Amino acid sequence: MSSQLSRSDRIRNMIVRALDPALLDVRDDSSQHAGHAGAAPGGETHYSVLVVSDRFVGQGRVARHRLVNAALEPEFAQGLHALALTLRTPDEQAALRN
Amino acid sequence: MSNPVHERIQNEIAANNVMLYMKGNAMFPQCGFSARVVQILTHLGVPFQTANVLDDPELREGVKQFSSWPTVPQLYVKGEFVGGCDIITEMFQSGELETLLTEKGVPHQAAA
Repeated sequence: MSSQLSRSDRIRNMIVRALDPALLDVRDDSSQHAGHAGAAPGGETHYSVLVVSDRFVGQGRVARHRLVNAALEPEFAQGLHALALTLRTPDEQAALRN
Repeated sequence: MSNPVHERIQNEIAANNVMLYMKGNAMFPQCGFSARVVQILTHLGVPFQTANVLDDPELREGVKQFSSWPTVPQLYVKGEFVGGCDIITEMFQSGELETLLTEKGVPHQAAA
């Protein structure tokens, strides 16, 4: 049944399992990239993801990205082409609102 | 290190202060993410070398393995992996990218 899920749903599930996020937003930007190299006819290639998680505390930018990339490795292996990531700790996210 | 592509990358990041693996070249980037990194480096007035992964499927896969990073562009400064488009953009906006160049002794023109 998992193949019935959209890639957005699978990305959401994988990040929830791996990073227990306080806030998660997954946006499918594929239609903005239609026709360029890497864009597949069925879409589901380009995503923007915001993750707020305390797993990022004390981690540098590269380390944070590696955590997310590792969680989504099966999707990269199956045609996920581009992922724009915004990764914050809960404190960093709270500071933005003040 | 018998993998020739990895050796090529190792040599390139050692020989160039700022080495960008990208789609297309600095004059004609073929992807919005690569274009943005080129724009930032140009704005900072830092000389950089590029390699076009679209010209070479082995490089395209090889650089992903070499860096353990699944996407392109990828930026190296003084042989050290700095990140992809999101990280470079964040570091540029916060001023950290210029600080990094200064700390690593990479000549560049201060952003006006």
